[in-house]
Amino acid sequence: MDYHRRLDEELDTLRDRVLLMGGETEAALQRAMYALAERDSEAARDVLESDDSIDRLEVEIDRLCIDLLALRQPAARDLRFVISVAKVTPILERIADHACNIARVALDLNDEPRLNAYVDFPRMAGVASSMLRAALDSFTGGDAAAARRVIEQDDEIDAMYERVFHDLIELMVADPSATPRAARLLFVAKHLERVADYVTDICELTVYMTEAEFIKHSY
Amino acid sequence: MTTAPIKVRAQRPEGEGQTVRREAAPTKISVRDLDFFYGRTQALHKISLRVPERVVMAFIGPSGCGKSTFLRTMNRMNDTIPGARAEGQVLIDDEDIYAPGVDVVELRRKVGMVFQKSNPFPKSIFDNVAYGLRINRLTKTKGELEERVRQALEDAALWSEVKDRLKTSALGLSGGQQQRLCIARALAVRPEVVLMDEPASALDPIATQKIEELIVELKRQYTIVIVTHNMQQAARVSDRTAFFWLGKLVEVNETEKMFTAPDEKLTEDYITGRFG
Repeated sequence: MDYHRRLDEELDTLRDRVLLMGGETEAALQRAMYALAERDSEAARDVLESDDSIDRLEVEIDRLCIDLLALRQPAARDLRFVISVAKVTPILERIADHACNIARVALDLNDEPRLNAYVDFPRMAGVASSMLRAALDSFTGGDAAAARRVIEQDDEIDAMYERVFHDLIELMVADPSATPRAARLLFVAKHLERVADYVTDICELTVYMTEAEFIKHSY
Repeated sequence: MTTAPIKVRAQRPEGEGQTVRREAAPTKISVRDLDFFYGRTQALHKISLRVPERVVMAFIGPSGCGKSTFLRTMNRMNDTIPGARAEGQVLIDDEDIYAPGVDVVELRRKVGMVFQKSNPFPKSIFDNVAYGLRINRLTKTKGELEERVRQALEDAALWSEVKDRLKTSALGLSGGQQQRLCIARALAVRPEVVLMDEPASALDPIATQKIEELIVELKRQYTIVIVTHNMQQAARVSDRTAFFWLGKLVEVNETEKMFTAPDEKLTEDYITGRFG
């Protein structure tokens, strides 16, 4: 088979695996938040079980990247793509870990009196999920302009985090008996805020991959 | 390979809008609007290029793109080809090497050349390296000659391998050693520029590695221009890379930029193997 057709096929395989890993990560985050909001422990356990699959995909993609670099020695846009994929997969794996941590909080809180109705979690989770979806779309579609738009949304998540944080602190002050549950929700808010940071990292890689421009730490 | 019309963006002055960290280095070679013809066939079209002092500049491009022809214009090696002529300027240290009255022998002392296939003379190792020194009468005493030969062999990273057999035939050396001997021969006359036309293409990977390490070492003292078909070699050894296509200079850039984010689509297509 022609060498360059083989290279293209391998790059397509890599793209497919990243799409799959991104899809599974996005689903894990959404299901974790569903488990928390709907008090669905079964959904929380699904998230924890799906993490092994995401971890396996990370290792598989790592190997594909290493093989491509060692055997095909890609250059220019191919090189930027392979490097970006190699850097995106650990980010996705960490986002999936945050989803697992949210699922664990759901498992802890689902048997206790509901508390999260007081705070703006569904909206924050919705924004984080849509940012992740848009970031993955921009990455796989090589759309730097879309990636830059997603980065701008990070401030929105930060503002939401501040609001949720203050709401939960007020809740703890008003009702000290709610403190253990509110503290767990604080962690959930932090997980979502971190997810948005990781989404920003994905978008920065998209810009590098498509435009060869390093924008990390530039804003 | 495609026969479709090739679009080459108008060449911009080097350094304009590019990542050029070595731009501050003084210019060693400056080529301006160079056309080159083999009879009626135009092999090079309006080439303009600057080679800073003490860098390694690599020329890449497909066979027949003019990169070797261009290399050979830099010490007028094409002069001997019937019907060959150059128009435009090739300046070395601001002197036009095609100007009337230029001493071509002195030019080739200043601008040495190493070829694809090693070509040692059927003489001893010592005599090979001493050859240019003797015919140009560059040394006055036997001791000085021996010192220059030793220095050239050391610079070519060959001294330790041959110092005990300098009087034996150069033809007994391995292919890689013969090529380094040819480099030593070129260095013995103390050139300022060394042109290398695919110097490692006939060598095995270990011998190639030695030549590449040598090239990187030599740039401390010399300006080096290398033609290579091996893009990884260009990436490994050069500071700047120029890409040629159908006798035109498509792009010249920092090597890091060339292999990660070239400015021209044609360059990108070539180095990612998606030509045609």
